[in-house]
Amino acid sequence: MEKFETLRGVMLPLDKVNIDTDQILPARYLQKPRANNFGDYLFKDVRHDDQGLLRPEFVLNQATYVGVQIMLANDNFGCGSSREHAVWAIYDGGFRAVIAPSFGDIFFNNALKNGLLPIRLAKSEVMSLFSLAQKNPESQVVIDLAAQTVVASPDFSASFEIDQFSKQCFLEGIDELGYTLSLLSQIEAFEKK
Amino acid sequence: MQQIQPTKQALTLFEKIWNKHVVMERDDGASLLYVDRHLIQDGSAPAFEMLHQRQLKARVPSRAFGTPDHYVPTIGRDLNAIQDPEKRAMAQALEDDCERHHIQYFGLQDSRQGIIHVIAPEQGLSQPGQLIVCGDSHTATHGAFGALAFGIGASEVAHVLATQTLWQRKPLTMRINIEGPLGKGVTAKDIILSIIGKIGAAGAVGYAIEYTGETIRNLSMQERMTVCNMSIEAGGRAGMIAPDEKTIEWLKDKPYAPKGVDWDAALDQWREMFSDSGSDYNQVVQMRAEEISPMVTWGNSPEDVLPIDGIVPFPADAPSAVKRQAIENAEAYMGLTPGQKLTEIQIDHVFIGSCTNGRLEDLRSAAAVVKDRHVAEGVQAWVVPGSGWVKSQAEKEGLDQIFISAGFQWREPGCSMCLGTNGDQVQFGKRCASTSNRNFVGRQGPGSRTHLMSPAMAAAAAVTGRLTDVRNLI
Repeated sequence: MEKFETLRGVMLPLDKVNIDTDQILPARYLQKPRANNFGDYLFKDVRHDDQGLLRPEFVLNQATYVGVQIMLANDNFGCGSSREHAVWAIYDGGFRAVIAPSFGDIFFNNALKNGLLPIRLAKSEVMSLFSLAQKNPESQVVIDLAAQTVVASPDFSASFEIDQFSKQCFLEGIDELGYTLSLLSQIEAFEKK
Repeated sequence: MQQIQPTKQALTLFEKIWNKHVVMERDDGASLLYVDRHLIQDGSAPAFEMLHQRQLKARVPSRAFGTPDHYVPTIGRDLNAIQDPEKRAMAQALEDDCERHHIQYFGLQDSRQGIIHVIAPEQGLSQPGQLIVCGDSHTATHGAFGALAFGIGASEVAHVLATQTLWQRKPLTMRINIEGPLGKGVTAKDIILSIIGKIGAAGAVGYAIEYTGETIRNLSMQERMTVCNMSIEAGGRAGMIAPDEKTIEWLKDKPYAPKGVDWDAALDQWREMFSDSGSDYNQVVQMRAEEISPMVTWGNSPEDVLPIDGIVPFPADAPSAVKRQAIENAEAYMGLTPGQKLTEIQIDHVFIGSCTNGRLEDLRSAAAVVKDRHVAEGVQAWVVPGSGWVKSQAEKEGLDQIFISAGFQWREPGCSMCLGTNGDQVQFGKRCASTSNRNFVGRQGPGSRTHLMSPAMAAAAAVTGRLTDVRNLI
């Protein structure tokens, strides 16, 4: 997993509730090998019309957001199917953090395991960020994982919760499986109970 | 002398199962949970790939069971019928990975094959008190047996394969209590759709749900599976129902159920699997069964659901700007006009199947509506049984003949048109009355328009060519 300490940048505003993983990564790409760039399939059917042409009104297609690394979303982001490919698509699309008031549970866990930092803020804080992004799409936020804060100068500052284990994994760029494999003796003891 | 009994803490069913499976706890509060059953489907190639990259083996292969369902053809039992080589490779990879890791595999030539959430209960693999995981979000289905069952991602599948454990943060608990008798034509699907309509698609995010009450107790095991199956559509991590005599009756003599003295020992344990009186839930929702009607979805979230006698909503009535926009978007995508009666919506496809409604009782209920009627002109109607067992039982009862003579296609088991990964898709702009679980944009194929409903309601739509109140046909 890639290290994550701080991240500064503009936000891609996706102000819709219940954005599901079928939209993020349509099921017809689920059989693609992980070696592929899943960013190519990110929001495939939302980005394109039925002729395959880019929809200019979709934010991800707009010049302002080229190279954007932070996604700003609304309630229940990533609900639906357990497909980890949805996280891969967002990650391969260049994103390293998603800010939302709430996430689908499985998506949230999948994100933590793939170097995509899911940040839960209060609804009112997320709404402030949306209005900030709306007023000036160039507005930047700074995510500081060690401090667990999201700051947009001069008026916005919020803190977020993350479990200390996941935080350490992000800060050091390590993953969970390696850690659990060091605990096999405890697992064996449980099995013998 | 009177002995003072230590007060035993009143625990919920969820807490009892959770506590039984904790291997250890981490400083940050996450628990390492031991997994009893790991169900595996043919989307698992990336997880096995993660294992292979680290040169790891499945640690306890006897606890894992695999079957292909997402990519299999429903027109025959030959993998070569899958045109797309990448998709064929996914189904083939499961067979190879199961063989390599000595995992029990129910292949396409095996009558036990089917949708993983349909076949595990048929085989007696899903049992009370177990912790069951699968790399598929509809794993809560097995909660119908009083198990803690939930879906996981590919990294977690690899983690379970390598360690037989999983790190989890304890969810909150929600009790959904339903009392009263169900009305005519109202099914388990209508119960769960009503719940989702009431609490919302994010209503249970962060919660494990327990369904209780007279209405739930009166459901059959197959109906309970339908309710638990769609817990994820309410955002729930898991959904469960305490086991009772029906659960035990179902499990008795199933191939993987305990036998002999093990059976007796299991019964003792299973009978402990209920929420103690006085146990606390973080949230309680009360509902009355009499208030539930046959339901259909009109939009692109399962929470966009209404009784069949309703009308397509007016965006202006929405409680917030975001919701108003969501309604406008959904109605544009779905090709619907505000104020239009739901029963005026014409359909092109009918899909009866999926892990939600592909079981024998579902097919019986649809066949009862279809009998002596015919599929409407221009409608393409399919029945895709949930498993080889469901298919052969239905054929023994003559249900296949009822469907076929009415103009339905009678197909082979698999996930099929629920999500179309095997190529069974609804064409762009076409409308499907579907017994599946998701009505998301593009779920059944790019541009597809899905209306979720019960098998009886889908059957009614098939014979009339439009969304129909099944109560008028029975």
